[in-house]
Amino acid sequence: MTFLDYAPAPESASILNLKSEYGLFINGDFVPGKGESFTSISPATEQQITTVSCASEADVDTAVVAARRAYERTWSKLSGADRGKYLFRIARLVQERSRELAVAESLDNGKPIKESRDVDIPLVAAWFFYYAGWADKLDYAGLGPAPRSLGVAAQVIPWNFPLLMLAWKIAPALAAGNTVVLKPAETTPLTALLFAEILQQADLPPGVVNIITGAGATGSALVNHPDVNKVAFTGSTAVGREIARSTAGTAKKLTLELGGKGANIVFDDAPIDQAIEGIVNGIFFNQGQVCCAGSRLLVQESVHDEVVDRLKERLSTLRVGDPLDKNTDVGAINSASQLGRMRELSDIGEQEGATRWSPACTLPDKGFWFPPTVFTNVSTSHRIARDEIFGPVLSVLTFRTPAEAIAKANNTPYGLSAGIWTDKGSRILAVADKLRAGVVWANTFNKFDPASPFGGYKESGYGREGGRHGLAAYLAPAAVSSRGSSRSSSASSVKALRGGTK
Amino acid sequence: METTRTVTSIAPASRALEVIGGDLTERSLRRYLEGIPGVDAVGLEARAAALGTRSIKTTSKAWALDKIIELTDLTTLEGSDTPGKVRSLVAKAMVPDPDDMTCPRVAAVCVYGDMVPHAVEALGSAHDDGASGRINVAAVATAFPSGRSSRSVKLSDTSDAVAAGADEIDMVIDRGAFLAGRYGQVFDEIVAVKEACRRADGSFAHLKVILETGELVTYDNVRRASWLAILAGGDFIKTSTGKVAPAATLPVTLSMLEVVRDWHRLTGEKIGVKPAGGIRASKDAIKYLVTVAETVGEGWLTPHLFRFGASSLLNDVLLQRQKLSSGHYSGAAYVTID
Repeated sequence: MTFLDYAPAPESASILNLKSEYGLFINGDFVPGKGESFTSISPATEQQITTVSCASEADVDTAVVAARRAYERTWSKLSGADRGKYLFRIARLVQERSRELAVAESLDNGKPIKESRDVDIPLVAAWFFYYAGWADKLDYAGLGPAPRSLGVAAQVIPWNFPLLMLAWKIAPALAAGNTVVLKPAETTPLTALLFAEILQQADLPPGVVNIITGAGATGSALVNHPDVNKVAFTGSTAVGREIARSTAGTAKKLTLELGGKGANIVFDDAPIDQAIEGIVNGIFFNQGQVCCAGSRLLVQESVHDEVVDRLKERLSTLRVGDPLDKNTDVGAINSASQLGRMRELSDIGEQEGATRWSPACTLPDKGFWFPPTVFTNVSTSHRIARDEIFGPVLSVLTFRTPAEAIAKANNTPYGLSAGIWTDKGSRILAVADKLRAGVVWANTFNKFDPASPFGGYKESGYGREGGRHGLAAYLAPAAVSSRGSSRSSSASSVKALRGGTK
Repeated sequence: METTRTVTSIAPASRALEVIGGDLTERSLRRYLEGIPGVDAVGLEARAAALGTRSIKTTSKAWALDKIIELTDLTTLEGSDTPGKVRSLVAKAMVPDPDDMTCPRVAAVCVYGDMVPHAVEALGSAHDDGASGRINVAAVATAFPSGRSSRSVKLSDTSDAVAAGADEIDMVIDRGAFLAGRYGQVFDEIVAVKEACRRADGSFAHLKVILETGELVTYDNVRRASWLAILAGGDFIKTSTGKVAPAATLPVTLSMLEVVRDWHRLTGEKIGVKPAGGIRASKDAIKYLVTVAETVGEGWLTPHLFRFGASSLLNDVLLQRQKLSSGHYSGAAYVTID
């Protein structure tokens, strides 16, 4: 044995107290769904974790009705300070149960426990704390005095950061005074269901948050339900387009956070060791299953060889394996279908003439695994430089001048994230100014904070989540007529806003 | 004055000649040092923190605890040091845990120069340079810890310790000269001290160069000073004297290990690293082992290439070691004070 073969240090799954079957969380209670229930498996072992209900169209309607009732009778009548109290309570409960939530997340999603423990769950709590603080300060959200909530929000979230995406959606919606029906991804419902238990613990009034599980049909029924006022979706660009089409012409407000093909730009004067870490964090964090991943590495040609050499050396120390082991750096791919896409696009990369490299690593027999992969000799016309692979696959391209770096970085239908690595502050500002990306990181990558807005340009979607900007997605400026007694009139003004769709 | 200074020739140390090139001057040294890529403090600290989250359990922990002992320079550097205190320290170095003879010995004892004869005498046959299981004597020198005295005093401080039997010299750099930008002066002094490490038979005492990173403050300075010390002929680069806070930190040590890794990439030569001061808990020491193994490779975890400068660390390691074998924690009464 060598020291670097660290002895196994698994986080025990025995901290979890899971039920063998979960219903839909509607109106404050778990109720059986009318659809055909399905199982959630651990992508690391393919073992079944639990059975989950599937919400039929009728269940979706029940959930929306519950959310509407809670909105009109309870939530819209509470003061901001009182809504804030519930959000603070939820945030504290998330912290108290953080270890359990981290284990559940890694079990269900396949991400390394060190990420769910040190990134996902702390950010979940931070998001609730942050928006709890906003709940009684909406006058300062930039929408004028006494902005109004929208009503019922339909929220559909992805599987890559299951609980964090739930927090990004639910925290601002509740702070702004809306009620919620949320559908977690089909492959990662577990932490959303544990979160429903937290809501019961927090005594959140029934119906304010409803969590319905299911697949695409459930999500479609939810966003197309005539009585929702707001649709928020994070996921693939293809599904985002479909939702945009179906909500067009309705009074529903829409925010979309879709795919990306982020450029991570390394200039020749970059702090090299930290840039290498940033490249690793940019594309191998969460197995690269990150919409804002730095999947295109743009390196100044003069330092290309050195950067690639050092990157390969660094990747050889990455530990791929059991997501619950505290020393695992790269965990399992979330599903067989995602794995299939990574394999397909990587094969295409090879066929197109790019050079493929992976460090020596033994992948487990069971489960869905893909080794960290680097493609060099990639051209802008290659599909691996254009298509979102959504996996631990890095495409390395070169540039000669800052202008060329900017042009290549912007040469994509997406526009979610970008990174700049240089020791020169003036260059950071000059380049960031010209990048068409919603988030630009300087000398870091994949850093998130609830105070910072996040969102995309072009095919990466529209609307912003996080910060004061994130509130705008769940608020409307006060109607002039509602001056005076905004609280009692809020329900009726929302009806007016809905334009009689009920 | 600037011009006269920059064209001044500096000592023709062989490493610098090879890497920087023939015409070694203050100016060429400065240009070389200024050409080293910068360090992003936030990123460096984040990487160190990430390495610090490695979970070292069971067999790995047992291995790590023994390794920490083997890599320790057991140290006493007080004005109140006496021959008796040094004898006691040496006894502890030879038999760290009298209840467990499988416990390894430390790498060296580290004392002030005037205590070297006492350390050598106390070690007796256990004192040997090179043979495994034997213990070295390291002496701090060059007007430790401030380094504020004349060149001649620093050199005789060094040669006295070597003559008295010190196997290793822990010198301090002139931080004042470094911070004033007089890199050539710092360089020349290291070269001269290295020469003073030469024994009568032509062999050299190992030279550890203390950067006193707590006074250099920025990671860019630490990186530059590390390169300077290696170019001038240091066998080891060492973080601190232990007399200035902060002493060793994980990010500073990581940054120095990166320099050592880059030097190895460049020349194939292996330089040692010694974090010293402030490492008191086994848990922290294990983070350093992880950082070494994942930055320069496991091959560096040998007394020739990595040391801990510590005094109270050893007893915490012994307590942890006892806990691993007995299954329960004991207490301070179950390890000896030195």
